[in-house]
Amino acid sequence: MTESEPEPVPAAGATTAADAPIAPRKKSDDRPTLGPEFLRQLWTANTVTVTVLAILVALVIGGIMIIISTPTVTAKFGYFFARPQDALSASWYTVRDAYLQLFYGSVFDFSSIGQPGVTWWQWFQPISETLSYATPLVFTGLSVAVAFRGGLFNIGGQGQAIMGLTVAATLGFVLHLPIVIHLIVALLGGIIGGAIWGFIPGFLKARTGAHEVITTIMLNYIAQLFLNWFILQGGVHNPNRLDAISKDVLGSAKLPRLLNENLRVDGGIILALLFTALVAWLLNRSTTGFELRAVGSNPDAARTAGMSVPRTIIITMVIAGALAGLGGSTVVLGAQANSLTGPVAGNIGFNGLLVALLGRVRPWGVVLGALLFGALQAGGNRMQSYAGISLELVSVLQSLIVLLVAAPALVKAIFRLREARAARLGTVMAKGW
Amino acid sequence: MNVLYGLLQPDEGQILVDGKAVHIRGPRDAIAAGIGMVHQHFMLVPVFTVAENVMLGTERTTRGVLLDRRRARKDVLEISQRYGLAVDPDATIEDLPVGIQQRVEIIKALVREVDLLILDEPTAVLTPQETDDLLDVMRSLRDSGKSIVFITHKLKEVKAIADRITVVRRGRTVGTTGPDASEDELAALMVGRSVILTVDKPPKQPGPAVLEVSGLAVNDDRNHRAVDGVDLEVRAGEVLGIAGVQGNGQTELVEAIMGLRHILAGQIKLAGRDLKGQSTKDILRAGVGYVPEDRSVDGLVREFSIAENLILDRYGRPPFGNAFALDLAAIGASANERITQFDIRTSGADAPASSLSGGNQQKVIVAREMSRPLKLFVASQPTRGVDVGSIEFIHSQIMHERGIGTAVLLVSSELDEVMALSDRIAVMYRGRIIATVSPDTPREEIGLLMAGVHEAQGRRRTDGAGQ
Repeated sequence: MTESEPEPVPAAGATTAADAPIAPRKKSDDRPTLGPEFLRQLWTANTVTVTVLAILVALVIGGIMIIISTPTVTAKFGYFFARPQDALSASWYTVRDAYLQLFYGSVFDFSSIGQPGVTWWQWFQPISETLSYATPLVFTGLSVAVAFRGGLFNIGGQGQAIMGLTVAATLGFVLHLPIVIHLIVALLGGIIGGAIWGFIPGFLKARTGAHEVITTIMLNYIAQLFLNWFILQGGVHNPNRLDAISKDVLGSAKLPRLLNENLRVDGGIILALLFTALVAWLLNRSTTGFELRAVGSNPDAARTAGMSVPRTIIITMVIAGALAGLGGSTVVLGAQANSLTGPVAGNIGFNGLLVALLGRVRPWGVVLGALLFGALQAGGNRMQSYAGISLELVSVLQSLIVLLVAAPALVKAIFRLREARAARLGTVMAKGW
Repeated sequence: MNVLYGLLQPDEGQILVDGKAVHIRGPRDAIAAGIGMVHQHFMLVPVFTVAENVMLGTERTTRGVLLDRRRARKDVLEISQRYGLAVDPDATIEDLPVGIQQRVEIIKALVREVDLLILDEPTAVLTPQETDDLLDVMRSLRDSGKSIVFITHKLKEVKAIADRITVVRRGRTVGTTGPDASEDELAALMVGRSVILTVDKPPKQPGPAVLEVSGLAVNDDRNHRAVDGVDLEVRAGEVLGIAGVQGNGQTELVEAIMGLRHILAGQIKLAGRDLKGQSTKDILRAGVGYVPEDRSVDGLVREFSIAENLILDRYGRPPFGNAFALDLAAIGASANERITQFDIRTSGADAPASSLSGGNQQKVIVAREMSRPLKLFVASQPTRGVDVGSIEFIHSQIMHERGIGTAVLLVSSELDEVMALSDRIAVMYRGRIIATVSPDTPREEIGLLMAGVHEAQGRRRTDGAGQ
């Protein structure tokens, strides 16, 4: 650049780049992002009615799938035009029976009333199963919810839960401590295990910008493969068994059963409710939560207001990891498992994602979502054994419900973003020299 | 206006063009109906030439395959001659200054043979001289029979060009007058009451220097030098205005002062204390109030309530809580106080910030920043996109801070605002302060400085600087 010219007016063509003002800043991230927009849509679009309708529609679709997948019923459809009532009544009874068993298995078994030999605790068996299955999902759901409010997609709940339960179980069978203290130590271990597994993606995101979705998914694999390897190590593997299973967690580290030794509902559900209240407080009333939500909604404004965005990202992921780790711990320290096996974590991490979406990413909503998923799981077991309907139907129902709840919000969010992008394009062209 | 151009659909009512009702479903329909629009933000492809941009969307071809560039060039030349819109059809858009780019936008509309041209805030990005040129172009368009809808919030320009003036307030037409209406009358129509447009600026002897910036160099997001050796000083009880066309380093200068941008060289001192390397939080706590340039991006969290936004940089310390918990009662009480004191029009402190009008959003930010003792108040475009009533209020608040001895750094691309509020005006051009003048300096002179004319006459630039 040499001399700048005088006022560059009608001398067309004579103007050069030198007359362009210095490029004004256009921050790469000053644009609506999918996370907050999706959250907004999720909150504005989904009332309780929508959620209830989603559950009903999922049950109807599930019913159709039951009909299609039951050979005795489909056979009757073969002569549908000759005697339609055969096919229709068979369909009705099959579907009704399946859903009745789902209800019996998860809420209350009316058929047990008045039967001889049924004790009081058996009446609570279905609800106990539901609560037992729901417990870890509350934690993994909270984990996803906290991260989401902080603007992060924590897909790593599974890995964090696995690391948490690995540490918790190990402390549970290695240490010999008095009752209560042993449990607390094991739970703390679970929290720390998960927190470390949350810290890693948080740190990577804060320092290098590595996207948490990618890193958490990769860390899920690492956690699972680590667990598979760990079980077989000396001191961990149960010497009395040939298969891949660890020693049993000592009784002193187990969560107490709440009602009766025969009912699997344990102290984990109490812990889950306590932590839900804690997370609700953290998000809405704590200083950290204020930062977390500000960074999640508008990182630029948060930074301008003097908040440290990287630090908040790390804290958010540590909290999310800790919650998922604690959730994993309730599996091995609770009634669902006594020892480490490869699949001991089941799908709690991934189901936590669904539970969080169903609960609209709000703490108490997560509890309701977890209860529904727990109920489907508990009822599904009974449906399989009593009505002969495959347990996979439960997964289908779970997925359908979440799909119906989350998909409209997601679709709307994507369309809104597209509009915003189109509008921004103009800005970039005007300013982006 | 977006409805007219088909970007939005009307909920009710109809649009008549030449007496006939038309349905405009998109820009294509609008153009077909003879309506063209020049947006506030240009819709140009930076790497294309003028002619290519003009033919974009209505590409004519020769023999069906080849783009007819010659024809496009001819169109551009013809139109620029007919209306005095001098533009080189072969220049690349990104090499052209903003004022010329705007002409390309106008040519684009004229090539499509529109009869009605809508100009949406066209002068926001122009220097005063470029604005005058634009007004000339508009006159020649008018004389050749085109209709123009000129949207602006600058009363001077309206009076200079308009044949009829319609004032729209909160989505309603509140009055139509001729150009002979006085500025005060127009402003009163715009806010619904009479406004004091001139700022009351009592003479004041400035105190000791509060902000001292020396040799500051800062890069922008593209790693181009945006602030290139700036020295300035703001004293207690003084307003230093920074005038300049948008994008000459003002944004980066302010961000560097606030600790939001890495400082390559130079020093920033607040009352003798070095601010360089301090975190934004420390700088805010040292007594600096900051109204960022882009309120929706940097100033507010739209999803947060007004109460939460009012403590966005003050949470976590008494009286609003401690390191662990927020004191919701104190936050709510303080919010209600601010809402009254700063006249924020809202349904309540719990309403989300996104529910507020632009002016009231800005009042939230001003209220937040002015509710603590300040040494320095940095206001970047404090009244951009804000209604006249709020402008008046924000100006009086800035003067109030000046009155109690706060040093004020005001950055604005509105020359009138800078001239009205400032005790001294520093003109920024391409990352440098090329002159510091008194607010009594004639507008034209400052306008020329903003265009860098002084620099060209005065001294030569050092090579490579300002890249």
